Amino acid sequence: MRKALALCACLLALSGPVLAADPDEMLKDPAQEARAEKIGQGLRCLVCQSESIENSNADLARDLRVIVRERVKAGDSDRQVVGYVVARYGDYVLLKPPFKARTLVLWGGPFALLLGALGVLVVFFRRRSAAGSPPPLTPEEIRRLDALLKDSGNS
Amino acid sequence: MIAEIGHFALILALAVALVQASVPLIGAQRGNAAWMGLAGPAAVAQFLCVGIAFAALMHAYVTSDFSVLNVAQNSHSLKPMLYKVAGLWGNHEGSLLLWITILAVFGLALTAFGGNLPPGLKARALAVQAMIAVGFLLFILFTSNPFLRLDPPPMDGNGLNPMLQDPGLAFHPPFLYLGYVGFSMAFSFAIAALIEGRVDAAWARWVRPWTLAAWLFLTCGIALGSWWAYYTLGWGGWWYWDPVENASFMPWLAGTALLHSAVVVEKRDALKSWTILLAIVAFGFSLLGTFLVRSGVLTSVHAFATDPARGAFILLLLLAVLGGSFTLYAVRAPSLKLGGLFAPLSREGALLFNNVLMATGAGTVLLGTLYPLIADALNLGKVSVGAPFFNSVFLPLMAPMVVAMAIGPLLSWKRGDLAGVLGRLKFALAAAVAGAAAVWVAQGGSAGPWWAAAGMGLALWLLLGTLTELAERVRLFRLPLGQSLQRASHLPRSAWGMTLAHGGLALVIAGMTASSAWKSESVQNQKLGETVTVAGYAFTLTAVNAVKGPNYDAQQAVFQVSKDGRPFAEMRPEKRIFIMPPRPATDAAIRGTLLGDVYAVLGDQAGDGVWVTRLYFNPMVPWMWAGAALMVLGGLVSLSDRRHRIGAPARARAAAAAAAAKA
Amino acid sequence: MRRLLYLLPVLVLGVLALFFMKGLEMDPHEIPSVLLNTPAPAINLAALPGHDHGLTTDDLKGRVSVVDIFGSWCVSCAQEHPTLLAIKETGIVPIYGIDWRDDPVKGAEWLKKNGDPYERVGLDPAPGHASVDFGVTGAPESFIVDKGGIIRWKHIGPITPEVWETELLPKIRELQK
Repeated sequence: MRKALALCACLLALSGPVLAADPDEMLKDPAQEARAEKIGQGLRCLVCQSESIENSNADLARDLRVIVRERVKAGDSDRQVVGYVVARYGDYVLLKPPFKARTLVLWGGPFALLLGALGVLVVFFRRRSAAGSPPPLTPEEIRRLDALLKDSGNS
Repeated sequence: MIAEIGHFALILALAVALVQASVPLIGAQRGNAAWMGLAGPAAVAQFLCVGIAFAALMHAYVTSDFSVLNVAQNSHSLKPMLYKVAGLWGNHEGSLLLWITILAVFGLALTAFGGNLPPGLKARALAVQAMIAVGFLLFILFTSNPFLRLDPPPMDGNGLNPMLQDPGLAFHPPFLYLGYVGFSMAFSFAIAALIEGRVDAAWARWVRPWTLAAWLFLTCGIALGSWWAYYTLGWGGWWYWDPVENASFMPWLAGTALLHSAVVVEKRDALKSWTILLAIVAFGFSLLGTFLVRSGVLTSVHAFATDPARGAFILLLLLAVLGGSFTLYAVRAPSLKLGGLFAPLSREGALLFNNVLMATGAGTVLLGTLYPLIADALNLGKVSVGAPFFNSVFLPLMAPMVVAMAIGPLLSWKRGDLAGVLGRLKFALAAAVAGAAAVWVAQGGSAGPWWAAAGMGLALWLLLGTLTELAERVRLFRLPLGQSLQRASHLPRSAWGMTLAHGGLALVIAGMTASSAWKSESVQNQKLGETVTVAGYAFTLTAVNAVKGPNYDAQQAVFQVSKDGRPFAEMRPEKRIFIMPPRPATDAAIRGTLLGDVYAVLGDQAGDGVWVTRLYFNPMVPWMWAGAALMVLGGLVSLSDRRHRIGAPARARAAAAAAAAKA
Repeated sequence: MRRLLYLLPVLVLGVLALFFMKGLEMDPHEIPSVLLNTPAPAINLAALPGHDHGLTTDDLKGRVSVVDIFGSWCVSCAQEHPTLLAIKETGIVPIYGIDWRDDPVKGAEWLKKNGDPYERVGLDPAPGHASVDFGVTGAPESFIVDKGGIIRWKHIGPITPEVWETELLPKIRELQK
């Protein structure tokens, strides 16, 4: 039942215009508002699951927007504001997961993948360019080759 | 009656597919020409059956036959005709039928255009196509029958989600599916080649046009989806790294890599097992996307109504298709003949380097998309992986790829001269660095994001590098202009295709960078008659009127927009309430200029004569769409290349034979 | 070595398949609370019109209690309401209510009409500081708080008789020992 309701909430949030903060919620000080917006964009709307609270229409997202702005106005640092929300909802609200032991695979994975792929690439090139490589060209051959290339263009 | 015919046609299609999946395969194994020859007619019959089923459901939608459950749930008699038609694929069952129909169309196309294929390869490829069809037909018949009746029929339907009632989204799924299903062709060829144990230049030449077609459809589909998000979600975002978006992006990355590695197979007879793998993976990602969207294992803003039973079925299908092909790959690929010499500094070396980066990129997107599921399954807690993760990991991976994209095409095959190429790219390099520096200064140094300068520099580098390559080919400035133009007109179409696609990507990068970095926005309570200025555009709210659409009521704001005191445009954003189902939707008013989009959204009424308005200037967004269009155009131009016309060599041979016979 | 590389795709698929099978059984929408086994947040909420008391943290100390977040606007709250009334009848555990994002008059009327299962109700108007302090994601949500005022359990969604019998009651009995 709850799942179905959550789904309804999502659909409603989805079908409604998905918009940023209302003018009434916004802070007077543009610098503070900009900070709040930036913080909000990193926080997940818990009801609609895939959007940040800044882009969601759900009531809870609106509340969290207001609370983020209250904290900013009260003089909290960005880190403190994020900490405030994380203390209540856990790391799940962070759209950018923090670097921790349990996200090691997530953050390290792409680099491991890249290193592995480059490693295979290097081995591949070593084998394929060294093994069957013909003897280097003599200066005379290079000169002739250049002439030929100039002649035929580079297509 | 018609719905029952459709249902029956699907059952018949299953029977035909079973024959098509087995007989030609056995025939090819035994060298029995008659059995192999059955594949073609079977594919035609398959198309006819599925086509009848599709036409039957379409008939039910067009005539608003609410005795069909699927129509009653997803359509409404008041809907404009376009959305009655689009309603067919705006739901799980109908979209699955579209999937199967496109699969049958591709089978038919292979039969029609594959006249010059070796009979064994053709029979096997069509048999593999039919195996996929068997899986999906079983799926639709047993879990997702779109022809179920409703008794008694309701007076009217439930209507289509208003979000889907939009031209951008009406055509988004068909293009996406043309892309996804299109990759099944490369897949079938790959499996057929693995069974035969032979991959050669000719194989690559047959696979490329199909891959290219799938790629350009998918590119088009993704761009349409993105464009739709941009103008309906009402704040100018165009990509969210949502699981469903990622599901369409992964096959695109794999398909793009495949497109390039197939060139290496064709020209250099190398990278065969890698290309085969990419062909399997590209289609595998398409199936994975289907699973993710329809099973509910991930949370997403735009998943279909999900159902674990269906999820289990697709998972089974996915495992059967991919497990089978990867096992076959593990067994047969090692015995594929290795290519010859392969130097890192060569055209093929650059293509391989970019392939590796693209594969890593696809792997990264896969990891990020699945990580919430992985962490949850391992009891590591709930994790969100959103846009900030992808932006900070995926984009840096792609930067070196873009750098290499300008260099690669200038390197010659076999043995390139990097120093020489870099020498020829001096101008591009200098301009890119100067451009990045200019951007840095213009945005006030570190007042703007650092990556804006990097992104614009990369875009400039790619654009100029691509143009340099074109200039080299036509020997611009080194020959008289006339001769250069003549050379240009004789360039192979595939060369033009590459130039257009790479240039298009440069525009896309520029658009993405600028719109992310320098968007201007203003959100306020605006009184009638009040003027708000955003990025030099003065928006005066002159009226808010009630207007009526075919199936919605709307509030329509009228903005008189001027720039530098001169009238620029009248913009009319709407806030709509659809009648059935009763849901709100925004219709942003957008005016494109060369430098960016002027974008206005009407919000709620905030008081007497006061409305919440959201006004934006989204810099260079039109460049993104133009770039995507260029990429698609590049694909089309390349597809029209003589060498890709599959029937061409056969016809030439036939003509020669006819001439010989005459003589 | 080279053979192994060719086996890699099928191995990766195998691992992914295990995750997908597990994934089909899990609900990605379910978000567990991070507040379990931490003290209930400090709250000091106003009373509904016509009620004598609001709700403060001190109310939650001294004996095991249930904190229920509800609202008169919330459809599934009406669904769990009869169960809450029945629980009140048994006298096993006091239920404290937090009327979340509600109009005070509507909230009071709603309780008058449907019956009031709550020992005390605190009003938490938008943006719902107290409810956010409890890490609320939607209504209804219920927490079991032990004698020391520590949150020991969270239930998301309506409390049905079945949920009460199998999930909440055993937990409460255990904490009451």
